[in-house]
Amino acid sequence: MEGFLALYILMLAAVAGYEVIAKVPAVLHTPLMSGSNFIHGIVLVGAMVALGEAQGPLEQTIGFIAVFLGAGNVIGGYVVTERMLQMFKRSDQPKAENADAGEGA
Amino acid sequence: MSDLLASAWFGSLLIPAAYFVAALVLILGLRAMSSPVTARKGIVLAGLAMGLAILVTFLHPRVGGNYLLMIVAILSSGILAWVSAKRVPMTDMPQMIALYNGMGGGSAAAIAAVELLRAGHGHDVGLLTNSIAGLGALIGTIAFSGSLIAFAKLQGWMRKVWRFPGQQYLNLLLFILTVICGVLVVIGYQHDAISLDMLLLAFFILALIVGLAMTVPIGGADMPVVISLYNALTGLAVGFEGYVLNIPAMMIAGVVVGAAVTLLTQLMAKAMNRPLTNVLFSGFGTGDDGGPADAGGGSMKAIEAVDSAILMAYAENVIIVPGYGMAVAQAQHRIWELTQVLQKRGVRVRFAIHPVAGRMPGHMNVLLAEAGVPYDLIEDLEDINDQFSQADVALVIGANDVVNPAARDDTSSPIYGMPILNVDHASNVIIIKRGRGTGFAGIENRLFTADNSRMLFGDAQKMAQELVSGVKTL
Repeated sequence: MEGFLALYILMLAAVAGYEVIAKVPAVLHTPLMSGSNFIHGIVLVGAMVALGEAQGPLEQTIGFIAVFLGAGNVIGGYVVTERMLQMFKRSDQPKAENADAGEGA
Repeated sequence: MSDLLASAWFGSLLIPAAYFVAALVLILGLRAMSSPVTARKGIVLAGLAMGLAILVTFLHPRVGGNYLLMIVAILSSGILAWVSAKRVPMTDMPQMIALYNGMGGGSAAAIAAVELLRAGHGHDVGLLTNSIAGLGALIGTIAFSGSLIAFAKLQGWMRKVWRFPGQQYLNLLLFILTVICGVLVVIGYQHDAISLDMLLLAFFILALIVGLAMTVPIGGADMPVVISLYNALTGLAVGFEGYVLNIPAMMIAGVVVGAAVTLLTQLMAKAMNRPLTNVLFSGFGTGDDGGPADAGGGSMKAIEAVDSAILMAYAENVIIVPGYGMAVAQAQHRIWELTQVLQKRGVRVRFAIHPVAGRMPGHMNVLLAEAGVPYDLIEDLEDINDQFSQADVALVIGANDVVNPAARDDTSSPIYGMPILNVDHASNVIIIKRGRGTGFAGIENRLFTADNSRMLFGDAQKMAQELVSGVKTL
């Protein structure tokens, strides 16, 4: 890729990242950190290309490590984030549960 | 299929198009994740985009073999990550994020290693690309070893904070050595005495040590900020390696995360009133600079669970201040039960959450959500701080430093200036605490000896249970 074109992409991506997060409430800091952790798991794609191109045992070994680590990042990151966000319910949903609990007791 | 693979349009159009869609949806997913209403949808969207990107990579024209290795690596690591991520309790979330983040940084560094190795053996890619590969390698490796140390610390495997005089200078020296090695590798320095491969190895080993040495002296209280910082570094490293491999989707996703998490790191550091430079270069949270106990001269006054229950049952206004200690004792479900029995008596109960309650900003909200506490009962620091003066009872459970009045008025305190919850303004303060020790940051708390404070000593879950039965019998 041409140097300056890449630089433009980097700049725009940085601005996008900054803007996307700018208004996040503190409630979501931990899930969001986890979610962004998942998103840089796209490193797995690069790791697969690196391993796919690798020749000889040394390159293959390092490429294998890259894919292994990248896959852990993607899958672990996804499961953990999904588990956290799954619990975030709108306030009317748990309220309904309260009412049930109240009747039961 | 092979005709399809060989055809030019597949490699030059369909795969890039899939990456393009993936990059777009990843950004939209991240955006959705920054609002509680759409957050769940956001991660699912991002997951689909990632799945697409990974699947088409198997068909990438540059992937010429090693499919078996690839699948073995993905499956073995994937299963391990899946099982560990499913099993980890919510209280341990921050260290798992650190662990998976470290893996991402390590992956970016390993990609760089392959590319630099190839470049060193006649596969010339030009100085710019090589430099960016080297930069990504440096950042990724530091994020890798640093994150692992952060994981070990939060997991409780590394309790000791290792500091000695002149440590920062040694770290600086190490860093400079690492950079010199990196520069030699990048320019393809050739010499009889030392081969390029040796230099590359030295570069990675040094970078690993820099990550370790940077993180070891940082205390547990500052770990969330550090994890966040390494998360941003991994994003950048991934972006750089995306440039090297000429995969724009990887470049964009990496840099978007790098920028977003840099902002998140700043927000966290601000919430803790800890400038990033202090986190990295000074010894807060180590327990060694809190000085001798100056608890204001008073002594702690104990209270029994029964009496606490009476105080709360006949109150109009109760504010509960949960901290990490509550979550460790798994008391959040009992506390929610307590809230419900109090509500049935007509008591107004609210939760006050400090921005850094838990191990990470927002961590406490996750833990309360797990117990089923609805959103509208949970208030942020800015919204509730004025209302402690109208509260009859403030119940502090497992929180310590975030309610320490020293942060407000004691200029010599290491936490001076950190915004705190004004719990001491409530008419009565009940503090559930396991023992008489100091908090996570090792600082004495004057709140515990204040006139309106009563200590309810015991295990948080057991005490919460006793409070529930206490209120029920009234």
